[in-house]
Amino acid sequence: MPELASAPALRRPAERRTGRNGFAHLVLVIGSLVMLFPFAWQIITSLSTNAEVTSIPPKLWPSSLHFENYSEVFAQLPFVSQLTVSVTVTVIKVLGHLLLGALAGYAFARMRFPGRGLMFGLVLAIMMVPPQVFLISQYQIVQGLGWLNTVAGIVAPGIFTAFSAFLMRQFFLGLPDELEEAARLDGANPFQVFRKVMLPLARPGLSALAVVGVLVSWNDLLWPLVVATEPGTQPLSVGLATLQGRFVTDYPVLMAAALLACAPILIVFLVMQRRVIDGLAVSGLK
Amino acid sequence: MSLATHDRPPATTGTVAGRAGAPNPGSRRRRSDSGWWPLLFAGPFFLGIAVFYLFPIVQTAYFSFTDWGPFGGVTFVGGENWRSLLSDDEFLRALFNTVVYVLVVLLGVPIAVGLATLLNRPTLRGTMVYRTMFFLPYLAMPVAIALVWRLMFNGDFGVINAFLGLFGIDGPYWLSTPGFALVAVAIVGLWMAVGFNIIILSAGLRSIPPELYEAASLDGASRWSQFVRITVPLLTPSIFFVVVMNVIGGFQLFDLLFAILGNNPVIADTKSLVYLFYDESFVLNNRGYGAAIAFVILLIVAIVTAIQFRLQRRWVHYA
Repeated sequence: MPELASAPALRRPAERRTGRNGFAHLVLVIGSLVMLFPFAWQIITSLSTNAEVTSIPPKLWPSSLHFENYSEVFAQLPFVSQLTVSVTVTVIKVLGHLLLGALAGYAFARMRFPGRGLMFGLVLAIMMVPPQVFLISQYQIVQGLGWLNTVAGIVAPGIFTAFSAFLMRQFFLGLPDELEEAARLDGANPFQVFRKVMLPLARPGLSALAVVGVLVSWNDLLWPLVVATEPGTQPLSVGLATLQGRFVTDYPVLMAAALLACAPILIVFLVMQRRVIDGLAVSGLK
Repeated sequence: MSLATHDRPPATTGTVAGRAGAPNPGSRRRRSDSGWWPLLFAGPFFLGIAVFYLFPIVQTAYFSFTDWGPFGGVTFVGGENWRSLLSDDEFLRALFNTVVYVLVVLLGVPIAVGLATLLNRPTLRGTMVYRTMFFLPYLAMPVAIALVWRLMFNGDFGVINAFLGLFGIDGPYWLSTPGFALVAVAIVGLWMAVGFNIIILSAGLRSIPPELYEAASLDGASRWSQFVRITVPLLTPSIFFVVVMNVIGGFQLFDLLFAILGNNPVIADTKSLVYLFYDESFVLNNRGYGAAIAFVILLIVAIVTAIQFRLQRRWVHYA
């Protein structure tokens, strides 16, 4: 109790009843275990032998740790090329979202031009339309460009997202006018105002956009599944989903591959948790 | 990704109206003739949107009235695709499956309400740690996480049936029985969505004035009755939003299904709408029929969104 008394009044008086949270902790710990178990099981399986994984009842812990399953991933699967595709696609798409979204969002928020209302209305409408409605036609276009089985083909439609312009417009609308006025009076052209004054202020919006972009691009399945049919040109998501033959039943290697495919995102999340959660909450992403 | 307007509905519309009374109309006017700058700023973006989104909507609408021959060649067939949808057992089955999936995933909403309420107790320690753990499934690549669930649901050596066996329950062959297979996929969907739901609901919980709880506990209300009489009613807008997001997201069921049941014969009976769309459009090359299915999905999302907007208006006073 004394250490609570010394704490400033930031916390509410109810703080003293901490002991009553036993039930809450019990429920939350059980819930957390349910959330974490599949990840733990993935790790355990990735270090077991296939015989151990498929024994009845399942072994909860391998008799020895088989780290070689991870090197098998690289030996048996086109993992490196798929990882390269995933990273390349994600980086290009996210940079595109930031650049295109910031520029267009700024125009929608701060410039007046004919057709602005209509264009923004279309952007809003597109955000509500499920992706399948675009997909067949997008495929035709990408096929026509000769971009099947290329990074360009995987990136092409998704680098343009209505959401990027929408989010940045909302963000720019929330910034005060005065700074721009000052810069403009100093003779800066609109691009200089944008680049030197507004863009630095928009950093939180940009980071939310980047978080969403990384997550969506990295995990995306349907579009790359359709346009990248050769294993060497597929990103990890497609590679994992379309594994055939003996890999499907070599569970330890499969789990090692799955874990390696998730790891980058999970690590980024653990490092910058708050930003990720805020970014996703802002976006209402689902 | 739709419906992002939830958090701040007033900001999304009426900028011009909102700024009509801005103190400095002169500078506003000067900005209106900013020459070619808007084209430079918004042009590249809008060109991409026009090519990859606006044009495809129109083209897909046209495709939905066409038939694709097996060796190329697209013929106009009028409303035939649309008519056959209604009598196509496979389509109706996919619609039914998707609705079942959505309903199971929605069972996660009350769970998330309970967890979020516990998580947001002002006196609770370790909130951030719990939140991190609940959120991890939402970030993991669905395909990758589906693989471990596929193993866990295995009828012979799966850890889930081993667990059920502890209680004397003889678990089913989850992934080879159509009904159970769909429920298994939905359980994974529920598990992935809980963290997201908690984040949205937590924002709603934080907007409930703490004085209400203080007054209630002074009046001797139990925690349960505070939950039922204060938390749940004041949280309805957030709960409703979460329900809408889960429904719209649920109708997009594809990744989990593809990765868990994609190479399993049971998929014939467990296709979702998006799966059927994929199958028809890109495996069987019936793109005309696929286009019609795509528009059905659009129609469903539109109805759900319309209901949401209508009901949300009724709840404005809560905000």
